[in-house]
Amino acid sequence: MADDPGATVAATTDHEAAAGSPASLPTGRAVSTTQIHFANIKHGGDRSFRAGAIAAAVIVVLLVLFVGIFLAVIATPSLRRDTVNFFTSTQWNVGSDTLQFGIAGLLWTTALTSVVAMLLAVPVAVGTALLVTQYVPGRVGSTIGFVIDLLAAVPSIIFGLWGLKLLGPFLGPFYAWLQRVLGWIPLFSKGVESTGNVLTASIVLAIMVLPIVSAISRDVFAQTPRDHIEAALALGSTKWEMIRIAVIPYGRSGVIAASMLGLGRALGETIAVMIILSQTNTPGINVSLFAGGETFASKIANNAQEFDSPAKTGAYIAAGLVLFILTFAVNAISRVVADRKVR
Amino acid sequence: MIRVSKIAAVAALSALSLAACSSATTTATGASSAAVSASGPALACPAGSITGEGSTAQTNAIQQIIAAYNDACKNKAKIEYNATGSGAGVKNFNAGLVDFGGSDSALATTEQATALTRCKNNAAWDLPLVVGPVAFSYNLKGVSKLVLNGDVLAKIFMGQITTWNDPAIAALNSGVTLPTTAIKVFYRSDDSGTTDNVSKYLKATAPTVWTPDHSKTWKGKGGEGKTGSAGVAQAVTATDGALGYLEWGFATDNKLGIAQLDTGNGGVELNADSVGKALEAAKITGTGNDLTLQLDYATKAAGAYPAILVTYEIVCSAGLDSAKTAIVKDFLTYFASDAGQNSLSDVGSAPLPASLRAKVNTSIQAIK
Repeated sequence: MADDPGATVAATTDHEAAAGSPASLPTGRAVSTTQIHFANIKHGGDRSFRAGAIAAAVIVVLLVLFVGIFLAVIATPSLRRDTVNFFTSTQWNVGSDTLQFGIAGLLWTTALTSVVAMLLAVPVAVGTALLVTQYVPGRVGSTIGFVIDLLAAVPSIIFGLWGLKLLGPFLGPFYAWLQRVLGWIPLFSKGVESTGNVLTASIVLAIMVLPIVSAISRDVFAQTPRDHIEAALALGSTKWEMIRIAVIPYGRSGVIAASMLGLGRALGETIAVMIILSQTNTPGINVSLFAGGETFASKIANNAQEFDSPAKTGAYIAAGLVLFILTFAVNAISRVVADRKVR
Repeated sequence: MIRVSKIAAVAALSALSLAACSSATTTATGASSAAVSASGPALACPAGSITGEGSTAQTNAIQQIIAAYNDACKNKAKIEYNATGSGAGVKNFNAGLVDFGGSDSALATTEQATALTRCKNNAAWDLPLVVGPVAFSYNLKGVSKLVLNGDVLAKIFMGQITTWNDPAIAALNSGVTLPTTAIKVFYRSDDSGTTDNVSKYLKATAPTVWTPDHSKTWKGKGGEGKTGSAGVAQAVTATDGALGYLEWGFATDNKLGIAQLDTGNGGVELNADSVGKALEAAKITGTGNDLTLQLDYATKAAGAYPAILVTYEIVCSAGLDSAKTAIVKDFLTYFASDAGQNSLSDVGSAPLPASLRAKVNTSIQAIK
């Protein structure tokens, strides 16, 4: 590339632009069209790489499609035989011939645990990301970042056992106090006796999604253009004001995308939630943070060993299908949000 | 080529082991009564491999037996057991995918018909080999002995009795100071044979209180569900005033208090003896060598602990190829032996009582 004339001209133009000559910009554009002309020449390597990339993309798309089709095919017969409303019922009787199953309770617990987890995790993740990139960059910062990333390497069963045996009992008195003081709010009303409640699960989930949100936020904040930061400082901003007017707006879309990725992880987390959360069998939904319950993933995992009839399997797979669509929707929304905010 | 050499190796091995067996069997026939002794039965130890599949309730027991059998036979045969659930075990046994099935319940009539085809027009037999008692464990400060019965348990699980000092509980525990603590019930949140069995027991002993049908999913009112016996054990350990049902082994491993059951003659402790008595009260409903048991959960037999779960090994009475039959027979012989059965108390199963063990052994020896 060094010997073709386009590149040389482009380099010169860049240099001029950097020197502060806006008049040279149109020339730059003209040159770049010439470059596209050069790039259009196809080589064997180009073609095969392009084919490989397309194949990779097609495989992934097909894979997702097949998972969806598989879930739908297995779930449909059971959904047809479901004698209660699949979306509004909280019953789950799939052992006998009359199937009664609905996902309202599962949906509520899944959404509540995940949303509370995000509310806890995102501020902490953004805070650490700002600290690491703006306040203590360099060796100390990267060490802190490394430690947070290590959290992602802890298996979820370890988090589950930790939440069940240590965190839950440790927070027990705090829960009792919170319930006594704020018990008049439905969200804090009486739930299960043990500490295997939604709040414990949410806190553990928050810790589990922290490294994801934090790592991506760190990356986007680190890319804040030097010019923006210096301009803000030149206007007389304090460090906090600089972060507020330069760093955060630049990183906002990235943080939102990171949060959505974390939310997807929280929605689908299985083992830790299964171990921590107590199941309850009182009819209806208890909206409290201190209530027990089951999420889509935990319910399926909990009963997977006893899938002894196709009808029963289908009912669980139907729940799995809803989770699949839910995570799909969350990811799609995150895409839209991230794209819209980038300017 | 590789295949041919492998076959040759297997043939050579089996020839060797046959030679080894013949000497072993000759010594054994001389002392057949001594065969079932504390040192373990005389084993033929044929080579080859068999696979079983089914009930998760007997996983620990059968793994223990497989390990002990392999020790005794110096790993000559390869025995595998996949714990995928009773339903899957029966299905795959009937499909001819595995050599024996493990199940919490004996073959149903339709399943027996399929099994007949699978065993080449020979009946399949249900052999009760693992007995897993259910423990009702509690966590109550200052209470070291607690007596309950089916009726009270059903009322607790249905939410009709909510405190430990309820008169119904006090009536069974004269002389014990019961606390005013609320009863915190823990049950299995996953579908399980243990739950099925507990609900059968409650249905048999307190049909008016425990109205739902027996099922693998817990149908009680109130309480909290935990994953697996391990989850229930953890919750009961951590919660004052807790009551939960779990497999015996988990209760003893976690040093939890186990309630005695009163069947009308005072509290009966959960131990090998009391479980054996309950098994002796059971009726054998299978014909001939099929040993399908009908447990009497509501038994009034003195000293019997009725909340038990029996899991079967399901085998073809004949019709499997001879190499596999030899291993199945030898393995089950060890399973039903004194040494085999007594070792099961380490994993929370009670040994079969002698009378039933003899019947099981007769059936095993009749496998052709």
